Amino acid sequence: MSRRYDSRTTIFSPEGRLYQVEYALEAISHAGTAIGILAKDGIVLAAERKVTSKLLEQDTSAEKLYILNDNMICAVAGMTSDANILINYARQAAQRYLLTYNEDIPCEQLVRRLCDLKQGYTQHGGLRPFGVSFIYAGWDPQRQFQLYLSNPSGNYGGWKATSAGANNASASSLLKQDYKEDCTLKEACAMAVKVLSKTMDSTKLSSEKIEFATVGQTKDGKIYHRLWSADEITTLLKEQDLAKDESAEDK
Amino acid sequence: MWGPDRELWLMSVEGPAKSALAWLLGRGLLELYPDFVRLMTIDWRRLAHQHPNESVNMEVLLGITGKDFTLIAASKAAMRGASILKAEDDKTRHLNKHTLVAFSGEAGDTIQFAEYIQANAQLYSMRNESDLSPAALANYVRGELASSLRSRKPYNVNLLLGGVDPITLKPCLFWLDYLAALAPVPYAAHGYAQYYCLSILDKHHHPDMTLVQGMKVLEMCTDELKRRLPIDFKGMMVKAVTKDGIRDIEFNDDKIVKCP
Repeated sequence: MSRRYDSRTTIFSPEGRLYQVEYALEAISHAGTAIGILAKDGIVLAAERKVTSKLLEQDTSAEKLYILNDNMICAVAGMTSDANILINYARQAAQRYLLTYNEDIPCEQLVRRLCDLKQGYTQHGGLRPFGVSFIYAGWDPQRQFQLYLSNPSGNYGGWKATSAGANNASASSLLKQDYKEDCTLKEACAMAVKVLSKTMDSTKLSSEKIEFATVGQTKDGKIYHRLWSADEITTLLKEQDLAKDESAEDK
Repeated sequence: MWGPDRELWLMSVEGPAKSALAWLLGRGLLELYPDFVRLMTIDWRRLAHQHPNESVNMEVLLGITGKDFTLIAASKAAMRGASILKAEDDKTRHLNKHTLVAFSGEAGDTIQFAEYIQANAQLYSMRNESDLSPAALANYVRGELASSLRSRKPYNVNLLLGGVDPITLKPCLFWLDYLAALAPVPYAAHGYAQYYCLSILDKHHHPDMTLVQGMKVLEMCTDELKRRLPIDFKGMMVKAVTKDGIRDIEFNDDKIVKCP
């Protein structure tokens, strides 16, 4: 019976639900975890990278963290191919705004542009919704550092700390326990790896399995964003005593 | 079309039309294609760009920034040719709480363009629950003017856009002309007024001026205009933008200035 209502994205079921949107959300909850934490002097995004095969070239490119423009980055949970389309759209929208106003687009506006596109597929439909949730981290002069989460229905919200993907419920409750108002970016990074280590299958992490990025402010007030290199991630993991002990393995 | 000074007129034609005309003339075909000749010899770009009347340049626009304010003043006379149609014309529009634009140029174009910009600024404020900064608006206006310039019938409008940045609270002023040139400036003027006022502003402007000092410099400018401009521009409408918004400023237009 349910076949009658879930074949189209734009038709409500008798209980008032849009099954295709819910299936998209379900698809995301199987994807690698992504978390974002807002600190007083920056934002950290961290994501779990699902290693599918030993033969896969690992260090080619970031697969879950992307740069949107000069003051915004995002983490992806869900179908990477869908995400590529949306990220391309967001980058174009940001550059168009820059061309028109000679200013960077305010964070919420860029988030809303993407969410308007996502919402379109829940109403005008025909195909399927985008199977991606994004965590956005950015800065603008009006509202300083901001963290947003959006999902396939086209809803979005601003957060102090949030998560998407597999185990996002437990990640969220861990974040709720550990989050401190006015924490520094360094503390936020430490919290991010701790939470990831608990939500991922293996307790010991390595730079191959996670991606890391931060948005921050330099001493002279400039905003920077940075995707971390494998070495930097390894250093952080060692500091937090979460790194896979390579010497132990050798023995 | 063919008066006694035909040869003279043909000599004044330039560009690709010149060789086409010479070709027709050589074969005695010129008389057969008057419409072709007329079309070939219209310089569309120049036609679109010229001010149809000089009185446009007699309109006065002045802008001065100071420590915590931007002053914008515009003459109150609405002119058409040699006639003054109105003595209380407002050549400014509020774009949002802290951005003001003053305009001069071809009648009709000016208000049409300014209100188009105003409507778009207000639409942005409504959609985004925040206002565009004066700098962002100036860039937007420049873009609109640039695309208009490359259309069949460009807007013939010169503008001064001034305001106070809502976040940094810094005053700013932008000079824009109908060729879509944009320049951030500490003080500015449009039309013939710039020949009289810029030297005064060069000498007396200071970036840390107070509003009272700014008004004094403005009065020096209007005095000079009354002294030198060959027409009566019917006094100035003066507005100040501060961090608290835009407000009208009383200005004494009745002061009599004699030419030496």
